[in-house]
Amino acid sequence: MKEMSRIVKTVTNFVYGFIIIFGLYIIAHGHLTPGGGFQGGAVAGSAFALLLVSYGSLNSNKFLKKDIFSLFENFGLVLFIVLGFSGLGITFFYNFLANSGSWFGNAAFIGINPGDMNTGGVIPLMNIAVGLEVLSAFGVIVLTMASGAEFTKKKEKS
Amino acid sequence: MNLSNHVPILIIAIPLLAAFLVPLINRISKKATGILSALALSVSLILTIVLAVKILTVGPQVYIFGATSPSLALPSGLKFPIRIMFEVDAMGIFMGLITAVVSFLGAIYSLSFLKKYDGVDKYYSLLLLLTVGMFGMEFTGDIFNFFVFLEIASIASVALISFRGVDYGEPAEAGFKYMVVSSISALMVLFAVGIFYGQYDILNLAAIAKVIKYSQLDKIALGLLIPVLAMKAGAVPMHMWTPDAYSEAPAPITMILVAASQASLYALFRIVFSLYNITMNTLTVGWIIIIFGLLSMFIGVTMAIVQKDIKRLMAYHAVSQTGYMLLGVGVGLAVLANPIALQNYGITAMEGGIFHIMNHAMYKGLLFLTAGALFFRTGTRDLNKMGGLAHSMKYTTIFFIIGAAAIAGLPPFNGFASKLLIYESVYRFNPLLSIIAMVVSILTLASFVKVFHSAFLGPKLPQFKEVKEVPRSMVFAMAVLSCIIIFFGLFPDLIVKNLVHPAVMSLIEQLQYTGTALGGM
Amino acid sequence: MIGNLPYVAVVIFIGLGIYTLMFKKNLIKITIGIVLIENGVNLFLITLGYRKGAIAPIYTQAPSGQAMVLPTPQALTLTSIVIGIATTALILSIAMMIYKHYGTLDTDEVRRLRG
Repeated sequence: MKEMSRIVKTVTNFVYGFIIIFGLYIIAHGHLTPGGGFQGGAVAGSAFALLLVSYGSLNSNKFLKKDIFSLFENFGLVLFIVLGFSGLGITFFYNFLANSGSWFGNAAFIGINPGDMNTGGVIPLMNIAVGLEVLSAFGVIVLTMASGAEFTKKKEKS
Repeated sequence: MNLSNHVPILIIAIPLLAAFLVPLINRISKKATGILSALALSVSLILTIVLAVKILTVGPQVYIFGATSPSLALPSGLKFPIRIMFEVDAMGIFMGLITAVVSFLGAIYSLSFLKKYDGVDKYYSLLLLLTVGMFGMEFTGDIFNFFVFLEIASIASVALISFRGVDYGEPAEAGFKYMVVSSISALMVLFAVGIFYGQYDILNLAAIAKVIKYSQLDKIALGLLIPVLAMKAGAVPMHMWTPDAYSEAPAPITMILVAASQASLYALFRIVFSLYNITMNTLTVGWIIIIFGLLSMFIGVTMAIVQKDIKRLMAYHAVSQTGYMLLGVGVGLAVLANPIALQNYGITAMEGGIFHIMNHAMYKGLLFLTAGALFFRTGTRDLNKMGGLAHSMKYTTIFFIIGAAAIAGLPPFNGFASKLLIYESVYRFNPLLSIIAMVVSILTLASFVKVFHSAFLGPKLPQFKEVKEVPRSMVFAMAVLSCIIIFFGLFPDLIVKNLVHPAVMSLIEQLQYTGTALGGM
Repeated sequence: MIGNLPYVAVVIFIGLGIYTLMFKKNLIKITIGIVLIENGVNLFLITLGYRKGAIAPIYTQAPSGQAMVLPTPQALTLTSIVIGIATTALILSIAMMIYKHYGTLDTDEVRRLRG
């Protein structure tokens, strides 16, 4: 697809960083406020779609590479399953970090509270793994569909 | 850490971990992807056999995710289980054995079948995810978890059907049709899950079975679930996706897709027997399932006789054989409320239907693998173009003869054993059904004689001069299936007494299913 | 105050989705039909958890003394939305492959597999 005008490119340059940061905020606070892995990943993935649309698919292949997105997606998936296996001493997906005093291990207060980020156990780590996976998956999907459209357009012209 | 308690979850978690490691290993070496997936599926097969021995000697097993102990279903006095639960009884492990054997042999066959294809790491990753989805459908005890695994299996199988769609157009068309059909069925299953949750506030299958009241909303849920799960299993009149999807997929994937359709059939039986049981009018629902079975048998085989494409012909036969399973279990369901008839012929009919599930997976898998071997060497699936291949492909010919004799119901192969059980018991229920089943069997034999004559007999054709036998891993997969077919045919009594009869009893007795999960409350 | 209106909306969504799926000939419109049915089922799941006059089920800095809606259907709906995204992405990619090989997106022409 063709690139858009200079105004759109300038606004995109300002805004895409904030979109990614907002998405990461939603991922990180998933155990306290509405949100979590998938929702934050979808918001951050839309930043890549914005970059693709405003710079055109030929230009954006220079700074958005499908191989690196695919690698990060794999890392997210493997991290999620390894977190499930690490509770296997008791049962699969057991929350071995909750209420234990280490990483994310404060005791959770049941009832209305101002919200302590250090609680939750394995859940924030799984949110991060899923968020990483979803944002890379969105990048891969959008880039693949764009390159497929390029191929079809080339075939139509010839 | 007592690993023997964790066997139900390791059967699913090891292929899942392997599915996510395969793309990483692909960056290092391409050949290692196939070997890793075959290794993970062989570990699953061994663990499934271990679990089967444990269930058939001790009793059904329960596994709770994330609890403080694997079998703690009701912590601190709760009335129903709230965590996701796997409940594996004799019927579940029966289907699990079929899935484990079929996917392991599919991975071994794919080691040589995919020599000329690109993107093989995605293929193995999707094959492992499809296996995870099938195992999850067969082991789970929670209706929403069943929906999630159903969708995992559907999406993975659609991607695998369209695998050759990069170069040819027909696999993409078949994949689109199958995706629309499976999306609608999964969404209707989710609607029924919503109906159950809205009424009873419970998502656990055993707990709902204890409190179900068969109100108007439950009738609506039953009316949604039966056609939709029969649609995923390939019953007529919802069978339109079966010939396209089975013929355009790569051959080992077709074998695994047959097992995936049977997993949906298992879900239908589980819902009708363990969830509703005698609260509904079993005679009516049983007759509905019998009508589905009769239509599938007859229309499947009559459409199969006129086909020219070998895999499309075998796919119509798969529809027809699904009719036998529906007929057998439907007769058992229709007499469920009548204890005398159940003892006399109901249990035998269900044994025939359920034994036929395993036999069908074995011989239909073998036939699809031989069709894949023919396609691998000759490059065509059209029966009019093939001929005289028995001279150069001796092993494939022998395996095809074994598969064709098994599907037609000739002794001493396994098709005869299950079909005899169905004929005898269904005759005592209603003689007309049994006569239709026998006519269908004769027509099945006729169409396979046609295939054998076109593809294998005759003089050697000049364009197939350099055709030789298929590579060793493909011959190994076909040989293992043939050995299983011959073994089941020679000793059917052993299999029926030890594997099939406990499965049938665990379906009929609803109290055993709920008692295991809820701890005898 | 709301009454049965969300359930009526669910029926309208699913009905329109089935109509689009059966009677439209463009492959992209069939995809939109599937998305409509999926949205209807998601709305049905969320509406099941509603209790009269209750607020969102979040404990962080919530106003005290109020009832909360059920949180389980929200988890079910989230899972269903994620599955819907995977389904839509896959079906659109397959539609692109069909366009590459057949040159058209009309279901009357995409009919090589017959019989």
